[in-house]
Amino acid sequence: MSLTGLFLITFLLVHLIGNLQLLAGDEGQAFNIYSDFMANNPLIQGISKGLYLFILLHAIQGLMMAWKNKKAKTSKYAGGRGSGSWASKNMALLGTLVLAFMFIHMGDFWYKIKFDSNSINAVSYAGLDHEIKDVYSKVMETFKNPIFVVAYLIGLIALAFHLGHGFQSAFQTLGLRHKKYTPAINFVGLAFAILIPLGFAILPLYMFFN
Amino acid sequence: MSLKNNVPEGPLADKWTKYKSTMNLVAPNNKRRIEIIVVGTGLAGASAAATLGELGYQVKCFTFHDSPRRAHSIAAQGGINAAKNYQNDGDSAYRLFYDTIKGGDYRSREANVHRLAEVSTEIIDQCVAQGVPFAREYGGLLANRSFGGVQVSRTFYARGQTGQQLLIGAYQALSRQIARGSVTMYNRHEMLDLVKVDGKARGIICRNLLTGEIERFAAHCVVLATGGYGNVFYLSTNAMASNVTAAWKSVKKGALMANPCYTQIHPTCIPVSGEYQSKLTLMSESLRNDGRVWVPNKVSDAEAIQRGEKNALDIPEEDRDYYLERRYPAFGNLVPRDVASRAAKVACDEGKGVSKTGLAVFLDFASAIERYGKAEALMAGISNPSKEKITELGRAVIKKKYGNLFQMYEKITGENPYKLPMKIYPAVHYTMGGIWVDYNLQTNVPGLFALGESNFSDHGANRLGASALMQGLADGYFVIPYTIGQFLSKEIRTPAIDPNGPEFIQAEKEVKEKINQLMGIQGNQSVESFHRKLGKIMWEYCGMARNAEGLKKGRQMIRDLRKEFYSDVFIPGTNDEYNPELEKAMRVADFLELGEVMMVDALNREESCGGHFREEHQSEEGEAKRNDADYTYVAAWEWNEENPILHKEDLVFENVELKTRSYK
Amino acid sequence: MKLTLKIWRQKNQSSKGAFESYQVEADEHMSFLEMLDVLNEQLISEKKSPVAFEHDCREGICGTCNLVIDGRPHGPSQGTTTCQLHMRSFKDGDTIHIEPFRARSFPIIKDLVVDRTAFDRIIQSGGYVSVNTGQAQDGNAIPIEGNTAAKAFDSATCIGCGACVAACPNGSAMLFTSAKVQHLGLLPQGKVEHKSRVQKMVAQMDKEGFGFCSNVGACEAECPKEISIDNIAAMNRGFVGSMFSTEE
Repeated sequence: MSLTGLFLITFLLVHLIGNLQLLAGDEGQAFNIYSDFMANNPLIQGISKGLYLFILLHAIQGLMMAWKNKKAKTSKYAGGRGSGSWASKNMALLGTLVLAFMFIHMGDFWYKIKFDSNSINAVSYAGLDHEIKDVYSKVMETFKNPIFVVAYLIGLIALAFHLGHGFQSAFQTLGLRHKKYTPAINFVGLAFAILIPLGFAILPLYMFFN
Repeated sequence: MSLKNNVPEGPLADKWTKYKSTMNLVAPNNKRRIEIIVVGTGLAGASAAATLGELGYQVKCFTFHDSPRRAHSIAAQGGINAAKNYQNDGDSAYRLFYDTIKGGDYRSREANVHRLAEVSTEIIDQCVAQGVPFAREYGGLLANRSFGGVQVSRTFYARGQTGQQLLIGAYQALSRQIARGSVTMYNRHEMLDLVKVDGKARGIICRNLLTGEIERFAAHCVVLATGGYGNVFYLSTNAMASNVTAAWKSVKKGALMANPCYTQIHPTCIPVSGEYQSKLTLMSESLRNDGRVWVPNKVSDAEAIQRGEKNALDIPEEDRDYYLERRYPAFGNLVPRDVASRAAKVACDEGKGVSKTGLAVFLDFASAIERYGKAEALMAGISNPSKEKITELGRAVIKKKYGNLFQMYEKITGENPYKLPMKIYPAVHYTMGGIWVDYNLQTNVPGLFALGESNFSDHGANRLGASALMQGLADGYFVIPYTIGQFLSKEIRTPAIDPNGPEFIQAEKEVKEKINQLMGIQGNQSVESFHRKLGKIMWEYCGMARNAEGLKKGRQMIRDLRKEFYSDVFIPGTNDEYNPELEKAMRVADFLELGEVMMVDALNREESCGGHFREEHQSEEGEAKRNDADYTYVAAWEWNEENPILHKEDLVFENVELKTRSYK
Repeated sequence: MKLTLKIWRQKNQSSKGAFESYQVEADEHMSFLEMLDVLNEQLISEKKSPVAFEHDCREGICGTCNLVIDGRPHGPSQGTTTCQLHMRSFKDGDTIHIEPFRARSFPIIKDLVVDRTAFDRIIQSGGYVSVNTGQAQDGNAIPIEGNTAAKAFDSATCIGCGACVAACPNGSAMLFTSAKVQHLGLLPQGKVEHKSRVQKMVAQMDKEGFGFCSNVGACEAECPKEISIDNIAAMNRGFVGSMFSTEE
C-alpha cells in the first residue's frame, strides 16, 4: 500500500509539472510537443505500463484491505464519532472516487489520443519534421464544458483528502517515524496534499474562464 | 491434630540450601505423567504454573478472570524488596530476614522468612531476564528506593507500577508454557470446591462462568494461589472480585485458617466519599516521606471543616496538631503502617476528622513545597525569592517526585492537592493471615499447597512495604517447584486421577445443591447490600481497634446476618448463563463464614501485635502490648459451624530476640 | 444529577442486541462504574436483570473495564480508564450512550461484556522472552541505559484493555501487538528473539481476524495509558527487516 502509494505520489508531481505547460501561453505548442514525446517515447511507454500496474495494485490492495477491515469491525458506535480524521477513516471511498475520476480522465484524453485519432486534429510546428496531435485544443474544448470542470474538481478534492492522510501514512507504515523528522514529513505531506490538487485544479478553471 | 511445620534441622542460614540438595526429586519421565492444578494467576500462581510447566509437569491453571493478566497483583504500586545490597549500604539476607521478622511483630516462622530473604535476590535476576523494565540509573544499573520500617535501600521498582510489570513478566512466562502445551489454561473458571480422595487433595470443582456449567478437574495435587480476603470488609484496596472462596472451600474440606485476624490497614488511602463507594484507592506509602499528617487542635475547627465552612488553609499553624510528629518524634510521619493507621483513628475518634464524614486526616505537602522551593531558589541563584516563586519552584519538585499520584488523587476527588492538603484515611489493604502451611507450603491436607497472600506464612502480624510481591514470586518461582517434589515423589506410581470417581461426583453434587439453594431463595435484598452490611460489621468490630465486647457482639451480628442472607437474598437470572450476581453471592456466602472466624481469632488473641490491636492490651500512651508468654503461636482454625476449633503451632525463635517495637 | 442512559443490552453472543433507556440519579463524586452500580441496585430491587459489565481493580491498572461511552472507548477523559472516570465529567440532564467494545475479534458475551482472549493468544504466539526459571544471570550483568529502560517501560504499561481495537475503525490490534514487540525488543534480553517474535505475533494477529492498520491514529487517542503509535512504526520497521532476513 505504502510503496505503491509513494510511487503514485511521485507520478503526480511529474504529471503536474508536464501539464503546467498548458499555461505556457504559446497556444499549446510546448504542451503538444510534450504530449507527443510522452506518447511515443519507448522509455516513457515502459514506465507508463508500470504505472498502470501500480495503480491497479494500489487499488486492489486498498479495496481488499477495506473489505477485510470492514469484516473486522462489527458495527459503528451510536453515541458519537470516535477519534481520528475523517479522511483517514474513508480512504477507500476517497480512493474509489479518485479511481472513477481517473477513468473519466483517461477516457477523455488518453483513450482518444491512443485509439480515437479522428477526434483530435493534427498540428505542425516549425522545427518538427512531422505533424503531431493537437491535444491542447482538445483540452481547451473539454474544459469549456462546465460538467467536466465540476467532475474534475470533485475528483481533485477527493485526491486532496486522499493524499492528506496517505502521504504521512505511507511513512508511518514503512516505519519511518522519527521525533524530529516526522513533523517535517507531516508538513510536507499537508503542503503536497493542498498544492498538487490545487495545481491540477487551476488548469480546468483557467481553461473554462479563458 | 498436631501441626508439624516440617522445618529442616540445622543452622538457620543453611536450612534451605541443605534441604534443597537432599530433598526427593521426580524424574523427568515421571513428571510428564504427573498432573498439577494451580488455582489463581497472580504473581504466585502464574509464576508457579509457568515454572512447574517448564519442569515438565502437566499443569492445569485456573482463573476466574477473563485473562490470567488481570489478577490483582497487577495493582501493586511501590516495589519489591531484595537483599541484593547493590547500594553497598550493609544489606544482607540476614538483615532482610530480621527486618521482616521484626516488622511482623515476631509472629512469623523464622525458617520461612529466612528462606524468603535468601531467594529474594534470585527473583530480581529472573524478572530482569524476562524483560521486566525495572527503573535504572543513568549508568544502566538497577535503581533502588527506601521503604518504611527499614534502614537500607533495597526496594526495586518500575515507577508506580511494579506489580503490573512483575505480573506481566510472570504472565508472559505462563503464556509461553501455554503455547508449549505444558500448561492448559482455564479462564473464567471459578473453583467452588476441593476434592479429596483418600485424604489427599486430588482435584477441584469449578463453575464455568460463561455457561454456568459445573466441571470436574482431577490432578495429583492442588496448588492454591488465590490471594487475600480483604474484601470481607467490603471496602478495601482489593479488586472488586478478590475473594476467599477457593481458600475457604479448602478450609471447609479440612485445611486450617491461620491467624485470620491479622489484617493490614494501610494509613494513606483516599477516604470514603459516600454510601455508593465501591472500593478504596491507595496512595503510595512513599508520600509520607514529604507529607506531614495533621488534624486541627480544636474540635470546633474540625467541625467547621466538616460542614464545609472552613478549609485547611484557614487553620493557623498553632492550631494544628501534627500528631505523628508529636507522638513519635523519632520516626515522625514515617512510622510503620499499623501505627500510623491507629493514630489516625484516634484523632478522628476525638472528633477532629476533616471530611464531611469526619473520617479523614490531612496529608500536607506545604512545608515540603516551601523547603524544596527554597533549596531550588538557592541553587538557581535567586536571592530574596518571593513567596510565589518559592511555591512555584517547590511544586515543580513535588510534581517530579509524585506527579502521577497527585494526578490520580485529583481525578478521584476533584481537588488540587498542590493547593489544598490531601485528605487521607486508613483502609484495609492486605491480609497477613491465610491458609496454614508447613515449610513445604503444604497445608495439613496432603497434596494441597498454598502460596502467596493466600497462605499465612511470612509476614507475621504486619507486613512491611514491598514484601508482598517478593513473597508471591519467591513462593511461585523458587520454593514450590522444589518442595512440591517432596509430595509428588511419593506419587509416581499413582495413575492419572479419574475425575469421574465417586468423590468427584459427590463434590459436584454438593456444589450444584449449594447453587440451587442460593438461586432458590428469591428474597428481597441484593447480594451487594449483604456484602455492605458485613463490611460495616467487620470494620466496626474487627477493624483497626478491637475489644472483647465488640468482637462478641460482632460475631453474633455476623451469625444473624448469615441467617438473613440465606432467607432473603435475591439473585437475578439463572445458573446456566453468565451471571455476575450469582458469582458474587457465592463469594459473599463464604465471607459471611470467614468473618466469624476472624472475630473468633481476634477474640482469642488476648494481646496487641502488628495489625491486631486489642484495646484492652495497650500501654498508658496507647501503644500495642504484646503477650509473648502466652501468644507466641500461630492460631490455626478448623471450620466448625458452631465453634471453630483452635490448633496451635508454637513459634520458636532461635535466632532473634523478642523485643518491644518502639518508634518514639 | 439526573441522567438518561442508553445502554446496549444483549442476552448472549447469538442474540440480537438493542439500546434500552434508563433513568438514574447520580452524584458527581461517583465513579462512572459506581453510577452503573446504582443503576444495577435499582434494577435488582425491581427484580429486573442488571446490566452486565466487566470491572475489577477500579484503579485503572487491571484492564478489565471497557465500555464505549458516547462513541469513545473509556469515555471522554484523556488517558483515563472507565473506572477512573468520574461523574463530574458529565452534566445534569445528560443522555449517555453506553455500549460494548465492537470488533469481530471481541465477540460480545452479554450486554457490555466482550471476549478479549484473542489478546492472550497473541502473547502466547511469541510475546515473551524464552527463559526458564533459574536460568537468569545477575540482574546487573547487562547494563541497560536509563532512557532505553524508560522507553521499554512506556510500551510495557499497556493494560491489555482492548480500547485500541475498539477505537480503530478497522478493528486492528496493531497498537497492542506493537507495544509488546517494542517493550521486549528494546531490551537486550528480548532482542535475541525479536525477528521471530514480530513475525509470529503479526501472523497470530491476522489469524484472529483483526483488521489492518491504516494509520488513523484513533488507538493512540483513546489509549488509557497513552501508548504512542511510534510503537506501530517501529514494529513495521522490524517487520520489514524480518522479511529480508535470511533466517527462518
